[in-house]
Amino acid sequence: MIREWFKTGAPWVWLNAAAVSLSLIMVFGLLALIAVRGLGHFWPAQVAAIEYVEKGSKQTITVVGEMVEQQVLKPELAKAAGYTPEQAAAGLAQYLVKTGNRDISGLDFRWLLGKDMRQTSYPENLMVLERREWGNFYGYLESIKQSGEVVAQGEGAWADLAIRMQRTLDIFEQIKDIERGEIGTINYQLERLRLKQRKLELENKFDATAKQGLVLQKAELQKKYQALQANLTDLNQKIRRDSLVAKTSNGQQVEIALEKVVLYYQPNAMNVLQKTGHYFRKVWEFLSDDPREANTEGGVFPAIFGTVMMVMIMAVIVTPFGVIAAVYMREYAKQGTMTRIIRIAVNNLAGVPSIVYGVFGLGFFVYILGGNIDALFFPEAMPAPTFGTPGMLWASLTLALLTLPVVIVSTEEGLSRIPKSIREGSLALGATKAETLWRTVLPMASPAMMTGLILAVARAAGEVAPLMLVGVVKLAPTLPLDGNFPFMHLDRKFMHLGFHIYDVGFQSPNVEAARPLVYATALLLVMVIIGLNLFAVGIRNHLREKYRALEN
Amino acid sequence: MATSNLQISATYQKWRKIKDQLARYGVVAGGLGVIVAIVLIFFYLMYVVYPLFVSAEAHPVHQYQVPEASAGKTLFFTPEEQNEVAVRFTDQGKAVFFAVDSGVVLKTESIGVPVDVAITSFAVGSPSQGYVVYGLSNGGVIVVRHKYRITYPNDKRLITPQLEFPLGEQALQIDPEGKAIIDIAFRSNESGTTFVARTADNRVLLTNLFKEDSLFADEDSFERFDARLEVDAIDLEFLLLDKEQRNLYLATRDGHLSLFNISDKQHPVLVQHTQILNAGDQLTSLVFLTGELSLLAGDNNGLVSQWSLVRDATNHYSVQKLRAFKVSELPVVAIDAEQRRKGFIAVDAQGVAGIYHSTAERELLRMKVTSAVPKLLVMSPRANAFLLQDNLGMIHVWEVDNEHPEVSIKSIWQEVWYESYPQPDYIWQSSSSSNDFEPKYSLTPLVFGTLKAAFYAMMLAVPLAIMGAIYTAYFMAPGLRRVVKPSIEIMEALPTVILGFLAGLWLAPFVEEHLMSVFSILLVLPISVLLFAFAWQFLPKSIRLKVPDGYDAALLIPVILLATWFAYSVSAPLEDLMFNGELIVWFNNELGIGYDQRNSLVVGIAMGFAVIPTIFSITEDAIFSVPKHLSVGSLALGATPWQTMTKVVLLTASPGIFSAVMIGLGRAVGETMIVLMATGNTPVMDLSVFQGMRTLSANIAVEMPEAEVDSTHYRVLFLAALVLFAFTFVFNTLAELIRQRLREKYSSL
Repeated sequence: MIREWFKTGAPWVWLNAAAVSLSLIMVFGLLALIAVRGLGHFWPAQVAAIEYVEKGSKQTITVVGEMVEQQVLKPELAKAAGYTPEQAAAGLAQYLVKTGNRDISGLDFRWLLGKDMRQTSYPENLMVLERREWGNFYGYLESIKQSGEVVAQGEGAWADLAIRMQRTLDIFEQIKDIERGEIGTINYQLERLRLKQRKLELENKFDATAKQGLVLQKAELQKKYQALQANLTDLNQKIRRDSLVAKTSNGQQVEIALEKVVLYYQPNAMNVLQKTGHYFRKVWEFLSDDPREANTEGGVFPAIFGTVMMVMIMAVIVTPFGVIAAVYMREYAKQGTMTRIIRIAVNNLAGVPSIVYGVFGLGFFVYILGGNIDALFFPEAMPAPTFGTPGMLWASLTLALLTLPVVIVSTEEGLSRIPKSIREGSLALGATKAETLWRTVLPMASPAMMTGLILAVARAAGEVAPLMLVGVVKLAPTLPLDGNFPFMHLDRKFMHLGFHIYDVGFQSPNVEAARPLVYATALLLVMVIIGLNLFAVGIRNHLREKYRALEN
Repeated sequence: MATSNLQISATYQKWRKIKDQLARYGVVAGGLGVIVAIVLIFFYLMYVVYPLFVSAEAHPVHQYQVPEASAGKTLFFTPEEQNEVAVRFTDQGKAVFFAVDSGVVLKTESIGVPVDVAITSFAVGSPSQGYVVYGLSNGGVIVVRHKYRITYPNDKRLITPQLEFPLGEQALQIDPEGKAIIDIAFRSNESGTTFVARTADNRVLLTNLFKEDSLFADEDSFERFDARLEVDAIDLEFLLLDKEQRNLYLATRDGHLSLFNISDKQHPVLVQHTQILNAGDQLTSLVFLTGELSLLAGDNNGLVSQWSLVRDATNHYSVQKLRAFKVSELPVVAIDAEQRRKGFIAVDAQGVAGIYHSTAERELLRMKVTSAVPKLLVMSPRANAFLLQDNLGMIHVWEVDNEHPEVSIKSIWQEVWYESYPQPDYIWQSSSSSNDFEPKYSLTPLVFGTLKAAFYAMMLAVPLAIMGAIYTAYFMAPGLRRVVKPSIEIMEALPTVILGFLAGLWLAPFVEEHLMSVFSILLVLPISVLLFAFAWQFLPKSIRLKVPDGYDAALLIPVILLATWFAYSVSAPLEDLMFNGELIVWFNNELGIGYDQRNSLVVGIAMGFAVIPTIFSITEDAIFSVPKHLSVGSLALGATPWQTMTKVVLLTASPGIFSAVMIGLGRAVGETMIVLMATGNTPVMDLSVFQGMRTLSANIAVEMPEAEVDSTHYRVLFLAALVLFAFTFVFNTLAELIRQRLREKYSSL
């Protein structure tokens, strides 16, 4: 009977169906995995206080931290770790606890054995501090100090902390504004003056008048700088005024300056509404802040900015060239073997590995083009390269080349869908070929161009391998766009979401602590790219509908 | 308004014509420009790679009489780094510094040999250090160092030669018996200095000055060890000591080579005694290749052979012949090794010189340098010039342009016997901390890794994607298809960096921990699907008919999830039962298969995942576009849907499916981020599914940022990129052409 059944071919059909189901499960499972891990990261986890009997000393200690993971120790490993075979066979549950306080204990994470955990409680007054360095702090607030004097203690301390933190964060913002903004501008201008002087020297025009002018300008900048510096010193003194004293789980008193604290909260005391508020605050911080602690904490704003700007420059470059090439191949070139070969070649280029484009970009754009530009236009900056080093411009150009086939193919497809009758009608009414193209064909093909462009953007946004060679860095000190003339600094290196994932996930000193952030970054990137793709699909469908009507 | 537009002036008409022409030229120029830019990629890669395969060039630049011939016969001469100043050490104990371009004497210094003592021997230390040593007739030695101070008065380079005496101007007594030293070898480094000397009464003496670190004394103090080598020294002609002062080579003119291990300076041990020439041949020259791990032996038949210390399986060292170069039919007069690469220059008795590279087994150049008999030959430190002195007292200076000798077809694609390796092997190891390292540029392990990764990815992707496409295109309900197809296709756009990250940080540890589950899922899944399908037909019709036709896939989702869960939960007890609880340990102990966390299995799954959408999409299109009348006809003739599928539809769609697989393969071959993150990136050649690999693309991503521009390493990486480019381009074009051919063939259907 089974043989009969196999003869009908039904089992094979079922197996084929299973292949589809499996693919779908993999696709959605993957998306769900990223989404759950990425979104879960921002939710304030309960912080547990666990009474734990230490294996060696048999003493009971209290471990405070977030439960991150749990697993059953494999019997083999348990035996290797010195447990009796019975214990091992029973399966030892173990828990990964994020204990923070890296400055005190040296470790962020700790594995606890389930059988040695005595009691787990969630005290409401447990406090979490996110700090600018050394990661999270977990402990109990004891008192607040101002200039070394205790000003609040016990119950009142938490309320007082809120007021003082507000003040400290305000000052911190001011300091950041001055350092990044005004002092940054002055440094930039000083550097430009230096280059100007060097240029004059190279051209042998550095005479007394020029020198005097430069000295005057320099002096003026120095004066401004000194004023700012004084202001800064003042603010720095102010910000150091307050500190808090906290008790860690083992009773140690720790004094933490408020300037080192980014965020403070008592997760166990929060209700759902407060947690939701906290959640969105964290999401906003993630989207809008600079990274901290070797990219393992804080936000990814520079990476978002770098990705978006790179993609935009690329789009500006790739669209006209891609469209012109497509128009040439479809409307002007004689259709024959040659165009067929070119078409195959262009199609195949879409399949050439992206790293090859990266190698080309590095060799041709950076070293040849960039090197020559430096020699011609920026001799004063030598030997420091200006464009002769990987940077924004070269990354955009490389990706433009990489995505050119996408735009060409898509535009060509759009052009080929436009019925001949439309062109002929236009020509019959006396329009020239250029007019026909410009007034009728191109507008009708514009959705196809858009589709191509969006697909190109989606591909470029997710591409990492070539960027590693032509301009991406793990931490860029300045954005490629700022208030200093000429505002757009295409020679600068930049950060990128995709590279951020690679870098934080694989090159970071503390991969375990950074992992949730990588999932969040991955989710962001996936959302951007899937969004763009869905948009492109929508446009394509819309376009098809439109021309189906025309054809009939 | 309409009327005014109708009255078009002649100039406007002209303007329109001009615009039309402009647009035409603009578009043609732009379009061709873009296409040229694309072609440029290929040619640029070629342009960078090309110099690798260019032969060396050399031409004579200067020729003059030996400067200050009255100072004695030349024992050794060498230019400094910049090829501006050279020094000539003579048999009268003089150092003559002269300008390389004119032979004008700049300075002559004397070594200061005592009056009643004669110079009886001479040797050169490690070339890069500038040490030479004179052996004297009273059993003493004098070590001399030539140094060059570079200053920039008035922004112009000025090189001032100097002579130093690192061990003092007084001769150091080697032979306590005071016999003349007729042969000497010498090496010096931070930890000490060793001399090996042969005295006039044929004793071979070893003297080591061991530098003692002393906290308080400003001056270095030495401890001296002396030993005598038990060897028959009568015919000894060549004494060579390596720079580690660990191995001593003694050779006679008829090719008997003795190797001593002198790690223990007081107790030299004879390791090997061997014959390096055919009987009756004469050894004419014996020098170290840079790094001093291998010897170059020139004989009277014009053959230069390379001998290196090789360690065998039992950790036993011996000297073995790696390869030989035929310089000419005449005796090799002189050999000199390059100082920074594994290249050398050799000259025969008629003045024909050849430049070679040992690793690449490449003859880069051969030319006649002089019509007289050559005497001495030296390569400049940067290997961009060589100096030759002939028996007529002429010095010939030649410039050499030899940028990339390390690369040949053999060194890139074939097995190469590297120095100190037990046998020829394929190895990629492009850089190291040491200066005289032998770069190993074999692309074979990288290509192997690339194909291995692609193979495992295709193992997963091809069946899943094609089967899925068959079902989606032919059996699935249209409503479901409209959802399923874009869902799988959207995955194509998923950045591979995300897949790589998940593969490396989530999947790899997961697979390592649940290896048993992975295998049991592979087994359980198809069985449970078939079981379910078999059981399904026995369900009451009322239930069966509730599921519309073509929704089987949706039905199977819970089945697969359940089966996966079942396989997962049953695997732990099964592992305990069958493999003692640890499958990985079992593999290692029973089958000897090692397990690497980031291995081919993980890469296969992750990259297979990345390739599925590509193959799926194209296959699905191909099957879906098979004309309906074909399948309908087949069904009407009584074939089952599955028969129709395999015998009619698949056959017609096969060109499309083939091209889908080709394009998928192209993508798997070029993928960078997944393999970069999900493998250990070690360039091993191992077929095991539990071992990692390094692919061409990952190798480029890892090493390109560190490669020095225009260095050999840089160009070899470009070659790797070119290989990748050619690989995918050929695959894709092939796919396209075959698809068109087959399409024509089947279009008659």
